[in-house]
Amino acid sequence: MVPILEMRGITKSFPGVKALDNVTLSVSPGEIHALVGENGAGKSTLMKVLSGVYPYGSYDGDILFEGQPARFAGIHDSEARGIIIIHQELALVPLLSIAENIFLGNEITRRGVIDWHETYRRTEALLAKVGLDESPAARVDSLGVGKQQLVEIAKALSKKVKLLILDEPTAALQEYDSQKLLDLLLEFKAEGITSILISHKLNEVGRVADRLTVLRDGATVSGMGRDEISEARIIRDMVGRDMAHRFPARTPNPGETLLDVRDWCVFHPTHADRKVIDGASLTVRRGEVVGIAGLMGAGRTEFAMSLFGQSWGQRITGQVTLGGKPVDLSTVPAAIRAGLAYVTEDRKALGLVLDETILRNTSLANLPGVSTRGVIDANRERRVAEDYRTALGTRTPTVFQKVVNLSGGNQQKVVLAKWLFTDPQVLILDEPTRGIDVGAKYEIYAIVNQLAEQGRGVILISSEMPELLGMCDRIYVMNKGAFVGELTRAEASQERIMATIMAAETGVAGGA
Amino acid sequence: MAGKTGTIGAYLKNNMRQYGMLLALVAIMIFFQFMTDGTLMKPVNLTNLFLQNSYIVIMALGMLLVIVSGHIDLSVGSVVGFVGGLAAVMLVQWHWPVLVAVAASLAVGVLIGAAQGYWVAYWRIPSFIVTLAGMLVFRGATLWLLNGQSVGPFPKVFQLLSTGFVPDVLPDLAPLLGLARFNATAFLLGLAMAATILILASRGRARAAAHGMADEPFGFFVGKNGLIAVAIVYISFLLATYRGLPNVLITMAVLIVLYMFITNSTTIGRRIYAIGGNEKAAKLSGINTERLVFLSFANMGFLAALAGLIFAARLNTATPKAGVSFELDVIAAVFIGGASMSGGVGTIVGAVIGAFIMGVMNNGMSILGIGIDYQQVIKGLVLLMAVIFDVYNKSKST
Repeated sequence: MVPILEMRGITKSFPGVKALDNVTLSVSPGEIHALVGENGAGKSTLMKVLSGVYPYGSYDGDILFEGQPARFAGIHDSEARGIIIIHQELALVPLLSIAENIFLGNEITRRGVIDWHETYRRTEALLAKVGLDESPAARVDSLGVGKQQLVEIAKALSKKVKLLILDEPTAALQEYDSQKLLDLLLEFKAEGITSILISHKLNEVGRVADRLTVLRDGATVSGMGRDEISEARIIRDMVGRDMAHRFPARTPNPGETLLDVRDWCVFHPTHADRKVIDGASLTVRRGEVVGIAGLMGAGRTEFAMSLFGQSWGQRITGQVTLGGKPVDLSTVPAAIRAGLAYVTEDRKALGLVLDETILRNTSLANLPGVSTRGVIDANRERRVAEDYRTALGTRTPTVFQKVVNLSGGNQQKVVLAKWLFTDPQVLILDEPTRGIDVGAKYEIYAIVNQLAEQGRGVILISSEMPELLGMCDRIYVMNKGAFVGELTRAEASQERIMATIMAAETGVAGGA
Repeated sequence: MAGKTGTIGAYLKNNMRQYGMLLALVAIMIFFQFMTDGTLMKPVNLTNLFLQNSYIVIMALGMLLVIVSGHIDLSVGSVVGFVGGLAAVMLVQWHWPVLVAVAASLAVGVLIGAAQGYWVAYWRIPSFIVTLAGMLVFRGATLWLLNGQSVGPFPKVFQLLSTGFVPDVLPDLAPLLGLARFNATAFLLGLAMAATILILASRGRARAAAHGMADEPFGFFVGKNGLIAVAIVYISFLLATYRGLPNVLITMAVLIVLYMFITNSTTIGRRIYAIGGNEKAAKLSGINTERLVFLSFANMGFLAALAGLIFAARLNTATPKAGVSFELDVIAAVFIGGASMSGGVGTIVGAVIGAFIMGVMNNGMSILGIGIDYQQVIKGLVLLMAVIFDVYNKSKST
């Protein structure tokens, strides 16, 4: 079969770096083609070349689309040919309606005046197609991330798409929404739409992809057909080495109880009568990694943030002891002093000052630790930052690099460095490996293990069940703001966790 | 280690943002020095230049902190007018002692800043709105306070705040040097300051080198600090041949050094940058963001009050129109100096250089007899170009 898309010998250089080196990609009509690789492997650059963000002439090599040479001067040209890309960061205007967003820049008009009737009619048809049951007039900011993703896809469909490119579409989605999205891709395939799926989640790739191309360091490493796809092989090709275990081994050696939370109750910050956390109790022992599993909206992040200096919610009640003594966690500074650290799930928005250097981010939560009477000792600060860079293996030439230029994994190491420098007894890690590639995940896991071996307590919140199962000594299952089950490492399994959640949903006492 | 030194050219290129504006200031000065046939750098004009711009520079220090924290203060021009008027009423109509009146005026400035900061920090009312309101309120209050008229003149002691000069310690030196007038204090202080800068810089470099942190090429380090020292000595010599160091120059220099220290080396300064860079991350890192925003507005009020006193003292009268549109000059100075509208970026040195770029242009164009109409247009374009230059540089580096 003639490929719908062929990219041959694509080479793209930026000052000082070769981002793509002789990359070849061939996509057959009607297939779902997965593109995988670590962060920085060149996936996004390749897609930018394809969609014309980097115009023809700024790269070497040829692109053939439907047998014709494609020389796009901008994203408009590629869209005109039916190549639509949906970026990881959604490009919707939150304050506009679904219909307005779908036809933004492409409005249905009669003599320059928008034809709202036709706009809504077509929007309804598109929404039906993607299975989104919302009014076309609903504002986008009233929708969850999963539904917004569907609006993006409806928008792509409105443009007569032939080749749909999805850049990490499920990164921010929960299991259920992800499944729905993947089902949608399969439906499109049945209708003859070709897709390129960029993803970190190898189980998803295995589920829907017909073929797969692995990129590493800006070069094509391998291609495999549907029956050759295996996670082990993909990982090996992605990282360039065999990774026998996805999770580093650790011998659990829990000590006495470190953190003890009793009857934690939290109300919603704006809806004062909504109880979001309802009598949650949890213990963490020294040297123990404790997981919290649950669906999105179960209240895991809310629990963590309310615990950490009451950063979320109001009318917070409950008792907390740390090392056997009651502690004051009423403000963030107090929580830090007490020995708590919280690594947020959204490291860009909440964890880092992106435009600042690694150095300044590292010392941010413990400036007194590098200063005398309010005056910062620049040399001491630099030594601290360098030490953590070495200890955590942050890959960067100097600590004066702005964190905005780092990969997700390295950014997360900077966040960890910041909190380690406060010398916490208990670290709460909220989705610590979200959006991070396989190799860097392993390194983060190794750091978590080290923390436990140092006798610290770790609370790990994750939506990826294999991660919880691979890392945790004990797993709490959360549902609707309460812990509905507690499983030991031996008891825990993906099925068991889901069963516990489902039992709680239906009101039957179940699980452990 | 990173102590490896590159070439001077490469270093300069990497630090273009930092030195670009300084080079621009020097270029503008050379341009006007040439165009005005040397009038710009004449001792009497140089003295005037400092006197004319002192209040803008002083307010730019506070505005930098406000802008770095992600806010803006539009009320400073009105506060200048209000505090100047208040001081005039206290001194001229109520005959309060100068020290008491000055202290009371500064305290009122702090209160005004604190009041505005309270709404911004604790109620999260956008600073643009709060200080726009403040701008109107205090302009109106000034009119009311002064009954729409000018009040003055001030007692002699109060005028010294702006027009006074540091007395000469060696009045007999001038004839010995064959000069008509020579203020030895000014020159000696200039020498002392240059020497202090050189000593501090070399000590800092030695300490940094001991930690393997000296990134600046040695030649560049010597050249830069040498030039700074020479410039200070030269300017102090020029000033010495006129009336010496204006009091206000001393005030300004002390404040500049103090605020450089605060922004570069203290935890407070660092935290203000973090707030502007990412307020939520700063808050989750245990930083009391509300208090620091509040304090930066209170501080701005203090500096605006100080500028108001200096301005009133300079005119020797308080007028209802005093300080009109000063906020624009101050904000322009900060942005010309490389601060970012969205917060988190900007330096004291940049803001001071920005203020002097505006000041030298005002002064030079006035000497050349360019009309106020063209002056406004040119100043506007310079502001736009400076920010475009900044944005261009930033887009190139990422």
